[in-house]
Amino acid sequence: MTEFFSSDLWTIYGLPFAFMMAHIGAIIGVVLLFVAYYTYFERKVMGAMQRRQGPNTVGPFGLLQPIADGIKLLSKETIVPTQSNGPVFVIAPMLLFTLALIAWAVIPVNAKWVLADINVGILYLFAVSSMGVYGVIMAGWASNSKYAFLGGLRSASQMVSYEVSMGLVIVCVLLCVGTLNLSEIITADRPTWVQILLFPMLIVFLISILAETNRAPFDLPEGESEITGGFMVEYSAMTFALFFLGEYANMILMSAMTVVLFLGGWLPPFGIEALAIVPGVIWFVLKTLLVMFFFIWTRATFPRYRYDQLMRLGWKIFLPFTLFYVVLVSGLLVYFDALP
Amino acid sequence: MLTGLAFYLFAAVVLVSAIAVITARNPVHSVLFLILTFFNAAGLFILLGAEFIAMILVIVYVGAVAVLFLFVVMMLDISFSDLRKGAMQYVPMGLIIGGILLAELIAVFSAWKFAPNAADNIAVPFVQSAEGITNTEAIGRVLYTDYVFAFQVSGLILLVAMIGAIVLTHRTRPGVRKQKVADQQARKKSDVLEIKKVTSGTGV
Repeated sequence: MTEFFSSDLWTIYGLPFAFMMAHIGAIIGVVLLFVAYYTYFERKVMGAMQRRQGPNTVGPFGLLQPIADGIKLLSKETIVPTQSNGPVFVIAPMLLFTLALIAWAVIPVNAKWVLADINVGILYLFAVSSMGVYGVIMAGWASNSKYAFLGGLRSASQMVSYEVSMGLVIVCVLLCVGTLNLSEIITADRPTWVQILLFPMLIVFLISILAETNRAPFDLPEGESEITGGFMVEYSAMTFALFFLGEYANMILMSAMTVVLFLGGWLPPFGIEALAIVPGVIWFVLKTLLVMFFFIWTRATFPRYRYDQLMRLGWKIFLPFTLFYVVLVSGLLVYFDALP
Repeated sequence: MLTGLAFYLFAAVVLVSAIAVITARNPVHSVLFLILTFFNAAGLFILLGAEFIAMILVIVYVGAVAVLFLFVVMMLDISFSDLRKGAMQYVPMGLIIGGILLAELIAVFSAWKFAPNAADNIAVPFVQSAEGITNTEAIGRVLYTDYVFAFQVSGLILLVAMIGAIVLTHRTRPGVRKQKVADQQARKKSDVLEIKKVTSGTGV
């Protein structure tokens, strides 16, 4: 055994592999913890907004509620409808959940605190988030049920539509920073006028991520008042739990993406040097929590959009506006000679 | 060694799923296997050090084109047995096209030579090349300086195709009531509302 640990195989492959596995495990553990307590946070905040208590029975302040929910979902029976398309039906939630987790590989939570610091980090994030639609569309089709199918179709068209404006928003940011690497996007030098110039894009991005994650007021794929539960109608127990976890992990991911693109990542807010004594990771988490709160806030505030209004907003308002903005940003950057 | 293992993994999945695309009984399964093929091809690109192309392949083909494929195929109302009945008549034509493609590939690969300094230009996905130029930057430099004209022309062709598709498929259906937001915004109080003084006991 000792011979193995001193061999080249261990030092060249084994040790980095073990280190990477520990790293991945740590990321997944933290993300799942955040997901679990995001549901608690959501219920508490929504409760406060609607003047109720929220969960308060299980544990002190209801803090053990997410764990109780998890145990409940684990111990229930997973029902696979006989008319469903078995393999696809089971793979769909796993796919959604896996995609929500693998994107975290490139998110830098602090300087150098990142699993894979790749050149094309932002493209990787965009690719992974655009693949999320398959989980939903596969679930909708494989359930072999009308409501589920309608939910899947709605989700597919909605996510494809809003991806376009999201892509153009990202292009605007990339024009100002001149790199695709997420750590460099954060540390890139942005003058104040560029920050102000990008502010409308932040608004468009925030609305687009609501549509991208199928959240209220764009939660038509679930739309419980019209199609009962959309693509999740036939799912139960652990398969449902995977959808649920994947959806919340996606919301946290999109919040982190907003923080990386617009809110300066781990850097202290407004560039105040004195605040740099607080570790960067704390700033990152606080900023992400701010955007996560925005998700809940909109859910408790706005009624659901009608489907044609949703499509109109995506294609007739956001697409022309962001396209114009790409031209505007590049024009201004060239004029003021501020291209990175 | 790890790169080799990853290559064989990706290549094997590409081959198996590509065969499954044409052998799967259910068209939706075919499209799903096609997506798997695209995805693993992207993995092969990453092994080649072409991380930009890999990501674009996933974003464009997996994230957009294949979604629309899947969308259309799912909506089709076809009986699978009818679909398979006449399939054999296309086999000779398929064999001819496949043969020509194979011959061309052999011709290309037997005459293929790498430029002597080509190996220096391969960027490893996680590290920048010696001159600090990333893959994306290198593609951008070549595309927007040497081939800017061809690039613009291909953009125009795509624009024409897009407008053509809209013109061909767009039809105004009678009897559809659509929300016209501009009309709603332009509505004035004076156009639609009339206020009358009503004295009690007389009516309007």
